[in-house]
Amino acid sequence: MEQGSLRSSRQCGRSGREPPVCATDNRTFFALRIEELADRLYGVALRFTRNRAAAEDLVSETVVKAWAHLPQLEDRTCFEKWIFRILANTFFSQCRHRREETLAAEEDEDGFSLFDRLHQPFLLWWGNPEQELINKLLCEDLDRALGALPDCYRAVVVSVDLLGHSYAEVAGMLGVPVGTVRSRLNRARSQLQRALWQQAQAAGLVRGSLDEGDAHD
Amino acid sequence: MTEQERIHCDEVVASLLEYLDGELDDARRARIEDHLAECRGCFSRAEFERALRRRLQALATEPPPDSLKRRLKAILDEF
Repeated sequence: MEQGSLRSSRQCGRSGREPPVCATDNRTFFALRIEELADRLYGVALRFTRNRAAAEDLVSETVVKAWAHLPQLEDRTCFEKWIFRILANTFFSQCRHRREETLAAEEDEDGFSLFDRLHQPFLLWWGNPEQELINKLLCEDLDRALGALPDCYRAVVVSVDLLGHSYAEVAGMLGVPVGTVRSRLNRARSQLQRALWQQAQAAGLVRGSLDEGDAHD
Repeated sequence: MTEQERIHCDEVVASLLEYLDGELDDARRARIEDHLAECRGCFSRAEFERALRRRLQALATEPPPDSLKRRLKAILDEF
């Protein structure tokens, strides 16, 4: 793992530094924060890996690395952002071996917009189809659409949309140019919205929808 | 804002996701915000993308299984 990724950011949290703490306080602080963040660590790990056993391994490895590098965390108010960077970095380092899938996925077209599909005059006649669809989508629908993305696309969506990382941060972690992150994100979101549209059609959640052929521009 | 500084819907659509990601510089962000304040269609589009993102963000939380809780406890006990 790149050491730079483990250094705390000075951009988040309070400006003042936390006072020096002893080893027992370190452990208590660390254990409390891990307990507080366990739901999110596991949730994000699961979205990255799509596999429960792999997600458990990823969280465990992240916790071990975070403890080892805790002395480098200068501002403890940044702990959450810092540990999720470690988690993402750990996952990305596992992904760097999957070049073939990345290259294949990047040939896909982009530009699908759920909003454009729903914002049609004949659909608007019934009310607000966009809001209606958002309300009807189940977590399971979103999870399935996210899970169907190739690893390299899902990784950037999870990093940007779920973790709030900047394009530059993701580019640094993946070792690719910012433009590559931007294009992967655009394609990923396009594929995600297409999958949601197809699921919504199959479940009868959208009225008067365009036929399947029209859904593929 | 002068007519020259105004941007049109197609430019907003092209930059909307980067705007929502906080990736635009101040000047471009301000121009998009001015447009969103006046254009109902683009405003609706931005609200839809925000709402969809909020739904996605809910996926970031999942109760850890007991096996992971036990594993984390064992790891923390070693520190």
